[in-house]
Amino acid sequence: MGEAIKILICQGTGGISAGAKKVEAEFRRVLQEKGVDAVVGKRCEVIHTGCRGLCANDVLVDIITDEQGRVTYDFVQPEEVEQIVNEHIVAKTVIEKRKAKPYYNTFVDAQMRVVMSGCGQINPESLDAFLGEDGFKAIEKCVKSMKPEEVIEEVKKSGLRGRGGGGFPTGMKWSFCKASPGDHKYLICNADEGDPGAFMDRSLLEGDPYCIIEGMMVAAYAIGCDFGYVYVRAEYPLAVQRLQRAIDVCYEKGYLGQNIQGWGLNFDMRIKMGAGAFVCGEETALMASIEGQRGMSRPRPPFPAVRGLWGKPTNINNVETFANVRHIINKGAAWYASLGTETTKGTKIFAVTGKVKHTGLVEVPAGMTVRAVLYDVCGGILNNRKFKAVQAGGPSGGCIPGEILDTPVDYDSLIKAGAMMGSGGLVVMDETTCMVDVARFFLSFTRMESCGKCVPCRIGLKVMLDILERITEGRGELSDIDTLLDLGVAIKKASLCGLGQTAPNPILSTINYFRHEYEAHITDKRCPSNSCKELLLWQIVEDKCVKCGACKKACPVDAITWEKGQIAFLDKEKCTKCKSCYDACRFMAIE
Amino acid sequence: MSEAVAQQAEEQEPEVDLSIADKVIDKYIDLPGNLMPVLQAVQDEYGYVPRKVAEHVAERLNVYPSQIYGVLTFYAQFHLKPRGRFIIRVCVGTACHVSGAPRIVETFFDKLHIGHAETTPDLRYTFEKVACLGACGMAPLAMVNDDTFGKMTVQKVDEIIAEYNQRPMK
Repeated sequence: MGEAIKILICQGTGGISAGAKKVEAEFRRVLQEKGVDAVVGKRCEVIHTGCRGLCANDVLVDIITDEQGRVTYDFVQPEEVEQIVNEHIVAKTVIEKRKAKPYYNTFVDAQMRVVMSGCGQINPESLDAFLGEDGFKAIEKCVKSMKPEEVIEEVKKSGLRGRGGGGFPTGMKWSFCKASPGDHKYLICNADEGDPGAFMDRSLLEGDPYCIIEGMMVAAYAIGCDFGYVYVRAEYPLAVQRLQRAIDVCYEKGYLGQNIQGWGLNFDMRIKMGAGAFVCGEETALMASIEGQRGMSRPRPPFPAVRGLWGKPTNINNVETFANVRHIINKGAAWYASLGTETTKGTKIFAVTGKVKHTGLVEVPAGMTVRAVLYDVCGGILNNRKFKAVQAGGPSGGCIPGEILDTPVDYDSLIKAGAMMGSGGLVVMDETTCMVDVARFFLSFTRMESCGKCVPCRIGLKVMLDILERITEGRGELSDIDTLLDLGVAIKKASLCGLGQTAPNPILSTINYFRHEYEAHITDKRCPSNSCKELLLWQIVEDKCVKCGACKKACPVDAITWEKGQIAFLDKEKCTKCKSCYDACRFMAIE
Repeated sequence: MSEAVAQQAEEQEPEVDLSIADKVIDKYIDLPGNLMPVLQAVQDEYGYVPRKVAEHVAERLNVYPSQIYGVLTFYAQFHLKPRGRFIIRVCVGTACHVSGAPRIVETFFDKLHIGHAETTPDLRYTFEKVACLGACGMAPLAMVNDDTFGKMTVQKVDEIIAEYNQRPMK
């Protein structure tokens, strides 16, 4: 036995689309050829979490040796594999030039990884790897030394709140379902992550599927139910595949089924694939979908805990909520409650995307400020442009402007700021993003995805969208703003389910913080961010042009003439207003 | 459905082999809530859900055809018409939107002369806007079948179309 060398290759959806499979094959080939006796393990990461967050730098390869410790290479291409093996593994010298830059360490060190501790570290398809990380210890502890009531009490004490966005206390939810009469109950894991811009549930399913299974087992034991569904989007094939494999292995090894491990616990589970409807993330719609109907929500009460799936008491939690459970049981409620803030305990995973330097998944203790997440962890704004707003909580959330960047990210502070935690997506916008257009974008999404059952949501959103479209096309009137506010408040109050109740949030928050942009569109017929196509007349600002020619290279229709040392010229006849030049220009010299 | 449209649907629909659907139905017949898994599996087999198959499923599962069509038209994932050999998906999620996905979409529309959820007459391409592919780090993002194209630009649209025009149809 020689020294154990581990090569971890990021293989989430992101890693794979960047070519991780080819890199892995190349590693295997080269190692074989060189006769290096190495253990090749796959890193379980997913895009954006991939490489513990830095998916934009995929393919990431970590090499762990006794002498050099852990070294990370980023942007690895198959052609470079041979060099890495030759120099790093055979000659034992780290290739400094190819190593990930120092910001990688900043990015990793600024986080606190509890829920995602297994992601990117272990092979998601190996039960042994999970057992090596204290896998199934939590459920064993529950079954052997705790009564179901004690488990619920422990979760209550930890202060864990639902990570799907609503933030309802998890222990309380469990106790409602437990208290419901009836001996047949269901447990559902909500993995219908439809929010554009959020992907932590997928990363967890792809990166550490056993941890979700264990969380569900603990919940099932506490509530007293023996059947669980995982409702996952069919758009996430890799997540479905890895979870299915984990379930199969658990059945094979006796971690699922009847009398699990001789502990006297019975639990069966099955994956249910969604079919592309955002509203199915809403719990009553989700249950209708499992029953094989159109995914339409219904009024509550009765709550699912009383009458849920097929009329039986049902408990629904989000993927990330279940992923927290084993850490609470293993390390104790007191430890968990020591993380985070007074009202939001533990850590929260955020999907940071948009105009930020290092996009990806970051897990931080709840209560960190938005500024710290964006600047300390994610490196600040792209292309040295000015920060404008961050959109928190997906289509149901709101925009937080620069002035309140020091808002801590927890449930209550975000709601106070006019946004919400939602699924934890943070979309960063710079000065080139038009807030009216962003509001229109989210509304067109929620309108499309509305199930159409209740009038405020079905018709109200359509009316709001029409108004916003008129404004972005320069046909708005000043009274429109008040109409939007009135409609928004009414729709929030009158809608049947969470989709309609939150859909006006992006409009309300953008009007609140960026009213001047709405007014500029309406009165000046001008888009201050140069984003709304109908209102633009492209031209080069001669004072700002640095004669670099980047715009000419970007133009797909040759509408720009430029020669070295000359100010660029834009031919308005040829221009298709595609914005390529605007994005390429780093000096805001085109408007 | 007006008569003309119904007739057209009839014409478009080639002969379908119902025994394939039967195999799928047999597999799920005892599962509670089996309608969606059956329809998903049927679509995997045929590439879309032909009308005759939908009617057949209704008969075998003992549900009204109207309920089947209710489900088929509610969920974005089901398709009632034949689809192209290459499915082009452009992500219009938030991150992609702020990075310029709309003009990528428009460029595809211009070049392929089809709109959202439409198929070219030669059945080579189907174009779809999708809500989020979950690869926001590479925004804007496009996919052709299983191949991912990150950091899309207007120029890359031409390259992609040129590449897939070369590919054989089978």
